[in-house]
Amino acid sequence: MRLNKIILSFVSALVILFSTSVASFAKVVGDKIILGAAISLTGKYSSNGVHTQNGYNMAVDRINSMGGVKVGGKTYKFDIIYYDDESNPKRAAQLAERLISQDGVEFMLGPYSSGLTKAIAPVTEKYGVPMVEANGASRSLFTKGYKYLFAVLAPANLYLDVAIETAVELNGGKPVRIAQAFEQDAFSQDVRLGILDAAERTGSKIIIDDKLPKELNDMAATLVKVKQMKPDVLVVSGHTKGALTAIRQIAEMKVDVPMLAMTHCDAAKLSKQHGKNSQYALCASQWHKSLTYKDDFFKDGMTYAADFEKEFGYDPPYQSAESSAALLVFKDAFERANSFDQKKVRDALAATNMQTFYGNIKFAPGGQNVDKPMVLFQVMCDASGSCENKVVAPLKWASAKLIHPIPKWSER
Amino acid sequence: MDFLVFQYPMITLQACLDGILLGVLFALIAYGMALQWGVMNIINIAQGDLVILGGYIAYFMYLYGIHPAWGVIVAPVIMYFVGIAIYKLVINKVVDRDLFISILATFGISILFMQLMNFAFGADVVLANSGYGTTMLFDNNVVLPNSKIFSAFISILFAICLVIYMKKSKLGRAIRATAQNARAAKILGVDTEKVYAATFGINAALCGVAGALISITFTIHPYMGLPYTIRSFMIVIVAGLGNLPGVAMSGMGLGVFEEFADYILGTEFRIGSVFLLLVLILVYRRFKLSRKREYLK
Repeated sequence: MRLNKIILSFVSALVILFSTSVASFAKVVGDKIILGAAISLTGKYSSNGVHTQNGYNMAVDRINSMGGVKVGGKTYKFDIIYYDDESNPKRAAQLAERLISQDGVEFMLGPYSSGLTKAIAPVTEKYGVPMVEANGASRSLFTKGYKYLFAVLAPANLYLDVAIETAVELNGGKPVRIAQAFEQDAFSQDVRLGILDAAERTGSKIIIDDKLPKELNDMAATLVKVKQMKPDVLVVSGHTKGALTAIRQIAEMKVDVPMLAMTHCDAAKLSKQHGKNSQYALCASQWHKSLTYKDDFFKDGMTYAADFEKEFGYDPPYQSAESSAALLVFKDAFERANSFDQKKVRDALAATNMQTFYGNIKFAPGGQNVDKPMVLFQVMCDASGSCENKVVAPLKWASAKLIHPIPKWSER
Repeated sequence: MDFLVFQYPMITLQACLDGILLGVLFALIAYGMALQWGVMNIINIAQGDLVILGGYIAYFMYLYGIHPAWGVIVAPVIMYFVGIAIYKLVINKVVDRDLFISILATFGISILFMQLMNFAFGADVVLANSGYGTTMLFDNNVVLPNSKIFSAFISILFAICLVIYMKKSKLGRAIRATAQNARAAKILGVDTEKVYAATFGINAALCGVAGALISITFTIHPYMGLPYTIRSFMIVIVAGLGNLPGVAMSGMGLGVFEEFADYILGTEFRIGSVFLLLVLILVYRRFKLSRKREYLK
């Protein structure tokens, strides 16, 4: 009996110790602001998950080394608790729950992809935890009336409508004929809606409207139709595999189309994998290092890219840049709120109006960033076969002139 | 629904040719499945993952500056040993059990392979460029990428070699004997354990060839294996075991069916249509069997 009592008291002591240690492992401790993030470190999004994490880490180190965050006359440093969501929405939602209710995190950073952000947003909303996310662009995130969700990136429907407008402009203001092929996920379908809007606005006609499957690796049927019907613009969005498959088969089947616009060229490393075959493809991007936005922490895109490369050994994709920007937004909001009260921080976030190296940031009531246009770059190759992405639209940041129409395969 | 494919004869021809070239490749994977199903009574759910692994071998050769077409020779050699290793570690423990156990075991292997490939090679979609160019027919109205022609040619070549090997070699005869009656073969001195291991190895090698060809013609990704498993399952169900001409015809038929489904229903229903066909064929076979049974009564 005595022994049992001793064991019992020992266990309860442990429990108490453990629970207090958990409670102290939270929110703002000492001089640390602890943010929580569920990120895809394994599973199908793991490459972009790592880009996201690198972006976050880069900004945390930079902000901490440059004086941290000043709130109420005291200086704080950022720290992030990461969990691996395994690229699985259910797991992501569980982890958000765990970060908030067990680890006591009061401020969150977003995961990678629209799908996972969609899974986490209801949880952060339920607990009133402000979340700044950098990798969920789906329009449906911003129409649900979420109050605590803020996205530093432009919504998905704006990805490629610039391309349609440019095509119409180059056609002397006359409507164009559009062929499009989109994967059936939330993101790509939003890009599609954007194209439908742009087509309606400009009076353009959609002559091919194909859907692509998740396990896409052959889109010959769509391309045969394109060959026969000769549209003015071909738009493809199906993540990395869509971009890679399209370029491979367009080159193999010698499909001539005056303009080819895509998403995810950055992540697909198009020019690296396809070389000259990817030439002239237009790609939508949230960010490009040659843009001239500035801030105090990373200076500008070029400096950011150089620093990032030094630290992680590769050129930063836009996923990393926007993730870094999310931390800058948090820092700015904490300092303006001058408090760690979640409501006050939320209101400060809503009133954000700043410039970062990544772009201007100002949130609409739905939470999306309305102050940063998408950019279009075109893959351009020189005679030796080395290719580079050059910004061609909007004109304000263009570092090269758009090549239009794309030369025919027989003339290349 | 879109019936463009029937309005222009050139598109119909294009769809047929694409389908046949693709179907030959499917048939190669299916032949491996039929072989081990017939010999060992194992339905290998990890078939598609072995294919993808073979594809990664060709891809890495390409990354290191070797032409990926050499993958057609290197991948099967490596995959043969991978196959033997899987057999020794897992399959030999389930080979005499009922079908359900082996399906579970290979399903487990499939998941393990997917995750390991994702871990080792990353989640990016990759491909190997062969630089083979394109063949244009009928005034440029029909285009055939040479990589597809190459892969169909190699598939046929391997299939022929395998048939000759099975007919002429000692191991081939042993494999066929084991498939017919494992116990009798054992009594007559065939080392069935060795035969099983070799069969699994040959199947993995065939998957390796197919994978290398897929990395040249399409794209590969750690999670893209399952559609290949389903296609080969479907082909084997239609053709039956141990029927190579049947497997070839059924493979090409499936290829053409997929292409037409793609044109008519849309690319999004491509794999879905394969599933539908599978269900229809299973129902039909059952129906036919039950009629036969009544007749016997």
